[in-house]
Amino acid sequence: MTQRTRNWLLLAPAGTWFLVMLIVPLTVVLIYSFGERATAGGYSPAFTFEQYANLPARWAAFKNTMVLAPVGTLAALLIAYPVAYFLAVRVSPKWKTILLVLVIVPFWTSILIRSYAWIFLLGGRGIPALLEWIGIEGVRLINTPFSVLIGIIYGYLPLMVFPIYVNLERLDKRLLEASSDLGAKPWRTFIQITLPMSIPGIATGCMLVFILLMGEFLIPALLGGGKVFFVGNALVDLFLQSRNWPYGSAVAVTLVVVMLITVTIYMRLIKRLGAHREDVSLM
Amino acid sequence: MRLYAIFVYMFLYIPIGVIALFSFNAGRHASQLQGLSTKWYGIALSNPFVMDALETSLVVAFISATCASLFGTMAAVALQGIKGPVRTAFDALIYISVMIPGIVIGIATLIGLVTIFDQLNPLIVAIWPNGIEPPQLHMGFASLIAAHTLFLMALVIIIVRARLSGMDRSLTEASSDLYSTPFGTFRQVTLPLIFPAILAGFLLSFTFSFDDFIVAFFVAGSETTLPIYVFSSIRRGVTPEINAIGTMVMAVSLIMLVTAQILLRRGERRNK
Repeated sequence: MTQRTRNWLLLAPAGTWFLVMLIVPLTVVLIYSFGERATAGGYSPAFTFEQYANLPARWAAFKNTMVLAPVGTLAALLIAYPVAYFLAVRVSPKWKTILLVLVIVPFWTSILIRSYAWIFLLGGRGIPALLEWIGIEGVRLINTPFSVLIGIIYGYLPLMVFPIYVNLERLDKRLLEASSDLGAKPWRTFIQITLPMSIPGIATGCMLVFILLMGEFLIPALLGGGKVFFVGNALVDLFLQSRNWPYGSAVAVTLVVVMLITVTIYMRLIKRLGAHREDVSLM
Repeated sequence: MRLYAIFVYMFLYIPIGVIALFSFNAGRHASQLQGLSTKWYGIALSNPFVMDALETSLVVAFISATCASLFGTMAAVALQGIKGPVRTAFDALIYISVMIPGIVIGIATLIGLVTIFDQLNPLIVAIWPNGIEPPQLHMGFASLIAAHTLFLMALVIIIVRARLSGMDRSLTEASSDLYSTPFGTFRQVTLPLIFPAILAGFLLSFTFSFDDFIVAFFVAGSETTLPIYVFSSIRRGVTPEINAIGTMVMAVSLIMLVTAQILLRRGERRNK
């Protein structure tokens, strides 16, 4: 058996799987998005842009996603950065690994159970009951944009901490020493050295969180109570409740396209920032 | 700074801790702690719906993690040795399956498979011998396993490839210089070195499949997995039973994850 044949045989199962379970289904979604809804639900063949023309009917879902995904990403970044900095720069090597693992572990456990925990905490008998006990009454937390935001931060914080930590960890600590030896105050060292050097980590973290948030369903479903819904919730509604497959397909295609465009623009921006940094370091 | 870090760790762990604490609640109400007991664990474990869902989840997770580890490792090993368009195509496929939101994967699998089944079912009826009830393809166990295998396979390929590229090339070269067959080299040199990564990939895959809600929600057909059961129970209200199930699910994932971490780290050290 030649090496060529062997490689083909080794790749065959994975290739078949990718073809049948990824390429064919995604193509079907693309084709369906130009079709019409059959009377009993499902799909009837056609070539029309009607589904795409109808997209504004689900504008609220897109708007919520395009507002809460960036806001959630930014909030996660602001909370995660100091933790990553603390772990990378301030903690002794002995504790580093264990503390880092403690940050990451929640991310790999069930997001369903973790969001459920917040229903429990933010619901009527959780934090609002505690607030009532100290005299603040009538606070409603669950099923608001605030509760969805908390869920987002809680769910994706670990994913933001990790890449920033890796970046800061690799940063040459001598640069920081040099800066303080040359008389820079700590905040100035941070603004002029640490922060610019950690842009790649920030960029990776933000992109990971943002991509996952764009397709989020569970957090708004559980903590938004039907009032704060994302594109993901609209998709579940269209496919599983109203069985409007062509329209649902058009929404799904639009979601992926919006995501790709945002990520491409974002990468360009980051590259420009990165190039700028290179210039500075050359001087 | 340290205070801030402590605060963030509390933020990460208090909600999980509260769920675990209330799962030992002796009372009937979810949010009033009335003494400690393990009775809700007993109630959850003797609920036939929970046990059915648990069984489905475990079987699906085991089969899809096994398939994903096998096919993923095979692909990773082959990709190590090739360049050109095939490799580019596979890189793109792996990238797509990681990038596309889970919900879109779920939807695409649902309508893709339903479309294929609608085409195949009349064919099966036509070629089936008379007198025997012809089987009908439908969404369920198999489609769930197939969908999970897809995204877990991409994960295994990424993990195993990372290990393969960190491997010392001179080892396999030495082996073939000493007249070992390619298969012999693989079995005696490559496989022992990448085995921890494969096992870690398997454990991560198992956890992901076991915890997955969104893909299963679309492709499980009439089957109910544990996350689907929990989701529909939450919709009906918060109960101590869900707290008990949730705590058990978290505990199982934690054990698997810690094992996977240890395996990956130990392997890394050995490679150095």
